[in-house]
Amino acid sequence: MENKSFILKVIIALIVLLIVIPSVLVLTQRNDYLYGITSVAVLSMISAGVWLTFYMGRINIGQGAYALIGAYTTAVLVTQLGLSFWISIFVAGFVAAFFSILIGIPILRLKGVYFSMITLTLTEVAKLLAIALVPITNGPRGITNIPLPGELSIFGLTLIPDFATMENSKIGFYYLAVIAMIITFAIMYRLTKSRMGILLRSLQQNEELASSFGVNIAYLRVISYAIASFFGGVGGAIFINLTQSVYPTTFQVADSINYMLYTFLGGLAYVFGPILGSFVLYFSWDLLFIFKEYQLLIYSGIMIILMVFLPNGILSLRFKK
Amino acid sequence: MEQILLNGLITGAQYALIALGLTLIFSLMSILNFAHGQMYVLGAFVTYYVYGKLGLPFIVAIIASGLTLALIGAIFEKYLFNTVLKRSVREESSMLLAAGTAFFLDSLILIVFGEKQRSVPALVDGVFFGEDYGIDLIIPYNRIVIGLIAIVLIVSFILFMQYSKPGRAMRALAQDKTASQLMGVDLDKYSLFGFALGAMLAGVAGSLLVTITGVNSGIGGGISIQAFTMIMIGGAGVISGAILGGFILGLVEAFGLYYLPGDVTYLTIFVCLMIFLTLRPQGLMGKPWG
Repeated sequence: MENKSFILKVIIALIVLLIVIPSVLVLTQRNDYLYGITSVAVLSMISAGVWLTFYMGRINIGQGAYALIGAYTTAVLVTQLGLSFWISIFVAGFVAAFFSILIGIPILRLKGVYFSMITLTLTEVAKLLAIALVPITNGPRGITNIPLPGELSIFGLTLIPDFATMENSKIGFYYLAVIAMIITFAIMYRLTKSRMGILLRSLQQNEELASSFGVNIAYLRVISYAIASFFGGVGGAIFINLTQSVYPTTFQVADSINYMLYTFLGGLAYVFGPILGSFVLYFSWDLLFIFKEYQLLIYSGIMIILMVFLPNGILSLRFKK
Repeated sequence: MEQILLNGLITGAQYALIALGLTLIFSLMSILNFAHGQMYVLGAFVTYYVYGKLGLPFIVAIIASGLTLALIGAIFEKYLFNTVLKRSVREESSMLLAAGTAFFLDSLILIVFGEKQRSVPALVDGVFFGEDYGIDLIIPYNRIVIGLIAIVLIVSFILFMQYSKPGRAMRALAQDKTASQLMGVDLDKYSLFGFALGAMLAGVAGSLLVTITGVNSGIGGGISIQAFTMIMIGGAGVISGAILGGFILGLVEAFGLYYLPGDVTYLTIFVCLMIFLTLRPQGLMGKPWG
């Protein structure tokens, strides 16, 4: 019974996301909202990584670093090696995951605030590296004019048309971002229901206890951190194809903090929290644009008020435990 | 050589002052105060107006900066952090709030003070030439005075924490909340006091800074990261660690900036820090696992 209503909800959500929203926005010609929802999809995908890291009891403020790694990987592959965008986003994800394993093995031993602080500096390191590695990254000038994603075909059958030939490439990006988001959260949802999800939750509560029951905590931590960074890398790769340029400052400490905020605001106890959190914060930021210099003041004011009254996230309103 | 060493030590003394406030707040309430850098900038601006514009003595300006920030810290603690910590399921929720207050202060500072770089006249004029005494040193008297004030403040803070009643109470709370509450330490009262004191230290440090390098609205975030670096080097929540971390960062920065370009210096510092923390996660003076 419960299963049935869940499937129904999923179907409704998919119809709304894939058919209703894009057709309404295209018909009303609201390209700005189309861009907004595309960004929210990418942002919530990157924030999903933060959520997953939290799921094993670590607050990750370094997601921007992996997004930047993913972004630069795609940019270099597409502009310098002429690799197809569709392959390079996966490469970007794997490169980000590879670095997260290298970095994660030592730093995941840190707990609590120590882990958070070191991930905070991680974003700064990624930025400084991007500035310093001039031959690859072109230094502070960044890589611009990244071509639009080309067509993807298997055995002569065109699966995805060339974005450049599309009448409205924005709708192409919308589908790209939203489908990537749906896949991400499907994986996350499945993960939390799996054996690994339960083990991760046990890490969140008591690592020593979990370890004493024979759970290989080090392995679990590194693997889930790698998955989290994979999402970050792919998200970063998609994002820079949306803006068609990447700079060392594309993802910086403030962004990393924002991903954490999206996750917190949606509600840490809920898989879909990052989507709601990024939606609310992104659009409230957008709507507050009319207040000009007071934009940030009002935005942060809203954030503080939300936090004081709903410290467990917006979703805690609905799911009273 | 001596020149770089002395520059590093003077910068280090100011850094230690910033790190002390951050570590105090952290050890008492497990809050990572992201807004620490912004509080520092605010302190600098108060001094800019009191000392630079109104022309009152510098001592008045330091006190004004300290008191303003103490008041802001107290308000933050009482109406925001304490409330959230009580209502929230997880302690980490305070991080969102801390980031929110950092953004809030950042934009408030920008709106109120604008984005111009501000500086104030030096406390004392003149430059110390070491050549007359046979050492290779050139240093403005102003910097020496500021460094000395910072050291005096650090020493008085240590004495306060070591021997006064509130100091002892706060150290007890940092060590074991439950046990010290059972011994009759008022948690709410001393959390409030500690947060205000931590914010005050940030303000005072900012007040010293403005006389040397000036201040502008945008530097808060960078200062926060530096402060986090310091308490990671020394070990979060430990007073001696914060002081040591401040001096180490000051020295490393002075030497690095002399021998390497700016960006590479910071890259090296962060990479070294990561390697160091994997070997010793609790920092130099910290307790294992914080």
